Amino acid sequence: MPMKEKAQVLDKDTLNRTLMRMAHEILEKNKGTQGLCLLGIRTRGAFIAKRLADCVEKIEAERIAVGILDITLYRDDLTLVANQPVVHKTEIDFDIENKSVVLVDDVLYTGRTVRAALDALMDLGRPKSIQLAVLIDRGHRELPIRADYVGKNIPTAQNETVEVRLSEVDHKDEVVITEKVN
Amino acid sequence: MPVIWHRKDLLGLENLSREEIEFILETADSFKEVSARDIKKVPALRGKTVVNLFYEPSTRTRVSFEVAAKRLSADVINIATETSSVKKGETLIDTGKNIQALNADIIVMRHNYSGAAAMLARNLEISVVNAGDGWHEHPTQALLDIFTLKEKLGRIEGLSVSIVGDIAHSRVARSNIWGLTKLGAKVTVCAPPVLIPVAVEQMGVKITHNLDEALKHADAVNVLRMQFERDGSEAFPKQLEYFKNFGITRERLEKLKKNILVMHPGPLNRGIEISSEVADGGHSVILEQVTNGIAVRMAVLFLVAQGRERKKDGEATH
Repeated sequence: MPMKEKAQVLDKDTLNRTLMRMAHEILEKNKGTQGLCLLGIRTRGAFIAKRLADCVEKIEAERIAVGILDITLYRDDLTLVANQPVVHKTEIDFDIENKSVVLVDDVLYTGRTVRAALDALMDLGRPKSIQLAVLIDRGHRELPIRADYVGKNIPTAQNETVEVRLSEVDHKDEVVITEKVN
Repeated sequence: MPVIWHRKDLLGLENLSREEIEFILETADSFKEVSARDIKKVPALRGKTVVNLFYEPSTRTRVSFEVAAKRLSADVINIATETSSVKKGETLIDTGKNIQALNADIIVMRHNYSGAAAMLARNLEISVVNAGDGWHEHPTQALLDIFTLKEKLGRIEGLSVSIVGDIAHSRVARSNIWGLTKLGAKVTVCAPPVLIPVAVEQMGVKITHNLDEALKHADAVNVLRMQFERDGSEAFPKQLEYFKNFGITRERLEKLKKNILVMHPGPLNRGIEISSEVADGGHSVILEQVTNGIAVRMAVLFLVAQGRERKKDGEATH
């Protein structure tokens, strides 16, 4: 289905400021970097997690652990998706036991991805706590899940999509709302 | 990403495209990490039932499939035909339809007749994975061999791989030849003339009866098990004679100018096709093949289950 671009909601500079603010909030709530780690959900959540870690490093001059979570095998819609779900690796080279884990994703929508990520995390160990950071919260939750840190709340209609574009994969930094064209 | 995998069955590598083979290998690479965890289980096939239907004795392939299915959270049922109604004369298709009627989702079958898996797959809606059919194909073994090669040497394209042993009676050899040539490797088969099948060169391989020749330029050698249980003819070589001419020994490997990877599908006949020194030595990746077999079979079970769901959806909407 073709998509029409409706509006840009974050540009490169605002996106960077937003991430810096989220990093401050994460540090404030966790009282520093002690036991803190970030786990990004593939694909874009992984890049955002890495950027948040860069922000934390700028603030505290300390590098916190960052891992990548692939949740394909935990999805509840494996057979419903039109595209081929491609299984990628989970890459976490540290122990999450007793850590304060901040789960990172680009867009929070139905909450099903986060549900899958929580299950995946529990199979990897027993963290002290799990918090959720998302760049965009677009509403329409189908599960009782909420984010601890939100970059921007964007109320959307069901026929709209929020696209987070990151220079690592999309050659530029921006967030736009697109709409299905019938 | 467009859909690469549409199939509900995996019957062999002959009819797969290069893209399909590469997609299985990539998926397997992601699954490998699951087996390294403390909790070696993901819920991808939760609620699915996998039936292992083995008409020939097998321990390692059956156990490997069973472990793979369980790490995907599927339920596994093993049917050994010696203790089943097959002994009472039930036909293969009847057995398959009965398993389908139990609402099982995947049958993993080993059978002594070439083409048995394909026939079963045609007659059933549920998935069929060929775990070896006669002398025809053993696709998951070849996939795990190729996966191990790629992991160790970084590529398949342009590699020289020699397959040594009873090529004529080997489904492992056939599946390896199909898979390796599709991915751009150069394959040489090496055996006494009686164990080279007719017209094998039409599969795009070189033939030699000289082991040193086969090893000289090879990046890897896949050593097949001598299947003495299939020995019925006078022409079949005797064990000692075979070891002398075709056994992989340290002396032979030391003569080579470059390092060579030694693979074997198991079970080993030590002192017949391979010496103990080589089997346990630094060239050997035999046990890594076993570990990789789990990841490859997880990928295959996962993909055929999805392929079947796609077929079901397709029938409902189109």
